[in-house]
Amino acid sequence: MSAVQYIQLFVSFVQVGLCSIGGGYAALPFIQEQVVNRHAWLTEGEFADVISISQMTPGPIAINAATFVGTKTGGPLGAITATMGCVLPSFFIVLCLFLLYRRFHTLRVVDGIFEGLRPAVVGLIAAAGYSMLCLALSDRTAIGGLDVPMLVLTAVGVFVIRLTKWSPLVIIALCGVVGVFLQ
Amino acid sequence: MAQWYLAADYILEAGSVKRDGAFYRKLFWTMFKLSAFTFGGGYVIVPLMKKQFVDGLGWLDEQEMLNYTALAQSAPGAVAVNASVLIGFRLAGWKGALLSAAATILPPLLLLSVLTYIYEAIVDNRVVAGLLRGMQAGVCAVIIQVVMEMGGTTIREKNGFGCVVMVAVFLAVAFLDLHVLAVIVIAALIGFVRMLFIFRKGGGVRR
Repeated sequence: MSAVQYIQLFVSFVQVGLCSIGGGYAALPFIQEQVVNRHAWLTEGEFADVISISQMTPGPIAINAATFVGTKTGGPLGAITATMGCVLPSFFIVLCLFLLYRRFHTLRVVDGIFEGLRPAVVGLIAAAGYSMLCLALSDRTAIGGLDVPMLVLTAVGVFVIRLTKWSPLVIIALCGVVGVFLQ
Repeated sequence: MAQWYLAADYILEAGSVKRDGAFYRKLFWTMFKLSAFTFGGGYVIVPLMKKQFVDGLGWLDEQEMLNYTALAQSAPGAVAVNASVLIGFRLAGWKGALLSAAATILPPLLLLSVLTYIYEAIVDNRVVAGLLRGMQAGVCAVIIQVVMEMGGTTIREKNGFGCVVMVAVFLAVAFLDLHVLAVIVIAALIGFVRMLFIFRKGGGVRR
């Protein structure tokens, strides 16, 4: 791959990084526009694969897509180029916001704004948890069915977290092991 | 003018926070592990960060964590990366921000680089499928517990305004599919207008 193509890859993912406000799947149409429609780096089918891989692996979907496209087009260097492009704009924008926040957060008005934002964030986390729960508890063999073992596993998980001081990562890993035996 | 001079002064000061090597290592590995376990991205990492940085390490308080989440959501890009950059910068300046960003990006970068070649063999593997399915339950359990805890704080403080906003946002996003950015803008406006009313009643003078 030539230097021009690496630059193209970088610029494309800078655009993806800049456009995807709202996180998660909000970024999908922008990624598709860049990698399928404009540059034809991936076919529609490969793009669908990226989405399904993203669902089963950790990490933000935009980063996953950047790595996938980068690896396909330019190997490891391509993956790094695309991922850097994806992250760079938000890195600086979020730091600018932070500096403004640190400068002005003692003002009563700014404090008032954050008094509105904090409970909203708790609500957002609850909503994300709800959609995650719907996904985890839905029976994959019968549409609309309830996956009872998963319900029990989740409930036990909540109890264990409340009763012990174990790291949440240990809990998630243990649930994964139980999941293997549930199959 | 003086205001901007002070702002520039602050940038230099905040960017030059010094920490020892052990601190940087701890920061890097904590972020790395969090990122490696963040299935679903975005908000899933926030409860995990809260557990580690607020409850586990005690490096941040709960209010700060929520403020940073709101900031992370207001900027473009992945919420998980934004939140980790904010926490890194807050704890250890520019070096902390760069380290945290790298630690958050590395797990998906490494994993996807490999998966791009071999995912067809893994997608249909029963053990992998079971592992991922079980981990979904674990992630749900962590989110439920953190929401119970943070919601509980709002209720115990008898913060009626907070309770209304919290429940309204949950209903609007979970059932009406309201866009996250709209939620942030509306909640900020409501907080702003409410503060103006408090000012009018003379409550704003106490600070």
